[in-house]
Amino acid sequence: MARMTYADAAKLAVAEAMRADPTVWCVGEDLGRGGVFKQYTGLVEEFGPRRISDAPISEAAIMGAAFGAAMAGTRPIVEMRFADFALCATDELVNQIAKARFMFGGQSRAPMVIRKPMGMWRSSAAQHSQSLESWYVHIPGLVVCCPATPQDNYAMMKAAIACDDPVVYLEHKDIWATEGEVDTSLPGRFGKADIRRAGTDVTLVSWSNTANLCVQAADSLAEDGINAEVIDLVSLWPWDKQAVLASVKKTGRLVVAHEAVCVAGFGAEVVATVAQTMVLKAPPVRLGSPRGLIAYAPNLEDQMRVTTDMIAAAAKKTMEFETA
Amino acid sequence: MTLTNFDREKGLARLATMERIRAFEEVARRAAVDEALVLGAIHLSIGQEAVATAVIEPLRRDDYILSTHRGHGHTLAKGADAQAMMKELLGREGGCCGGKGGSMHIADFGVRMLGANGVVGANITIAAGAAHGIKLLGGDQIVVCFFGDGAANRGPFLEGLNWAGVFDLPILFVCEDNRYSASTLTSDMTSGNVADRARALGLPTTEADGNDVTSLAATAAEITARIRQTGKPEFLHARTYRLSGHTYFDPATYRPEGEADEMRATRCPIAKLRGELVQAGVAEGDLDQVRQAAEEEMDAALDAARDAPWPAAASVFADVQDIGSPTGEAF
Repeated sequence: MARMTYADAAKLAVAEAMRADPTVWCVGEDLGRGGVFKQYTGLVEEFGPRRISDAPISEAAIMGAAFGAAMAGTRPIVEMRFADFALCATDELVNQIAKARFMFGGQSRAPMVIRKPMGMWRSSAAQHSQSLESWYVHIPGLVVCCPATPQDNYAMMKAAIACDDPVVYLEHKDIWATEGEVDTSLPGRFGKADIRRAGTDVTLVSWSNTANLCVQAADSLAEDGINAEVIDLVSLWPWDKQAVLASVKKTGRLVVAHEAVCVAGFGAEVVATVAQTMVLKAPPVRLGSPRGLIAYAPNLEDQMRVTTDMIAAAAKKTMEFETA
Repeated sequence: MTLTNFDREKGLARLATMERIRAFEEVARRAAVDEALVLGAIHLSIGQEAVATAVIEPLRRDDYILSTHRGHGHTLAKGADAQAMMKELLGREGGCCGGKGGSMHIADFGVRMLGANGVVGANITIAAGAAHGIKLLGGDQIVVCFFGDGAANRGPFLEGLNWAGVFDLPILFVCEDNRYSASTLTSDMTSGNVADRARALGLPTTEADGNDVTSLAATAAEITARIRQTGKPEFLHARTYRLSGHTYFDPATYRPEGEADEMRATRCPIAKLRGELVQAGVAEGDLDQVRQAAEEEMDAALDAARDAPWPAAASVFADVQDIGSPTGEAF
């Protein structure tokens, strides 16, 4: 066990994978200077500029070239800098990388990790703040992962690099400096949720940084005598339906919370899946951003946030429904 | 032009490749029009056979190529099996992509043909990346990336050429300029010209007649040898002409009347090479035999494809992804 930040946990995973496999390499803008969030600091000194490769500001080429290099036998880690900028490489990801193996009848693989730092982070406004994870879940061929803790950012990064499928790896920008214990012996598994807090009254399902807010909400609910179970999905495709269904079977109440826009967010998939399977004690709740845009001014930006208080209030509402 | 005996052999080999491409596409067209066996769109490279033939000739089997939606010729020239290709066009079991890709996604990784592409220009960055991968792994292969003149107006053209230049990658970009971007004259939609763009990005650039297989093969041999030696990218702009429409069912009425007929009569690359071979003393009958052999091969490929079964229904869920595979999902 070692204590480290969310950023350093992923960096450790990358470094270990690069030591073990000479075909693993990283490519993106400014990586030689440690990357825009310093999540690559020190790696170029150990691995050199070929394997920790700078890139022109050419998102389509970064994504496309990494894919070509993957087909030629390497295992690229692609840095998109901001999830928002990755949209410049949408054709490369959605039409090429996600589909190549299938279209070519299994002749090719795209063993790639595509890192897309996501989410609200200081006053970064509408083009540097988005949470677009549900877009990628909608694309067959992609694995989608949204780690929320240093432990998961270590273990899932290791799993993503080892995976032969393309993995869209969405790290949350607001928690780079968050510290936590990391047990490097624990393997990461896609489709395996992390039960962040066990409980019996209400199930809170989330991922990425909102899962951390759910843990805080559960703590405050405990003070009111409500015992919430917090399920951090960690990966959204595949996602751990069994863990969610087992929990809701026990609690009969469900709140799904995420930072992304509520409308057509992945929370809808979770709620629909549960609702198709069982009758709940109270109507399920979805929490997400209004379908508005993320502003620069803090008071405007905050109106798009799902907060700990909102999660706790939603959980209480499901409790009150039964007694009403 | 006087040809030596050696050249005659090469000429006959080139003729065989071009006739095979032509016959494959004529048979595929017939299969589409007469029998509705080819269900999706196919894009024919009839009239452009010299580019694929000449540029691929100096490549090794382990060199890579990437192609376009108009990719049958490149794929055949790289050595893919015509029967597996025809089965793919018909969407049958035994197709080189298992019937999942069809014409626009035709690929044969066994001969390092890393795929045609349904998105214009998208293969340019991917090809640069294949060359990047070769360099990272310390290989001595090279990559050839074919694209059309229309692709030069897409962003990946700039990003991909710049990438290859910045990282010194062993790749030849081949702009197969057939004059038309789907149904629009490319020159009407292009500021400046394509070769100048490549020069501006620092790539040594050669402009060539894409319908003269003999001279183009010599040019391509020089360029590819240089790339293998220097490890640096180059650009070839080959002017040719698309004798068919954009798709096989496109009557191409947007072209000036008589243009295609005139090009077919005066600039057909196969007719040109046949003329050179006759001049070098090869009997017309021998040339006809080359054509006949190609036609018989492709007719047989169609027969085999026609008789092949549809792919197993369950295969639609195979090769999507290992983690989170749709085979594990209930619908």
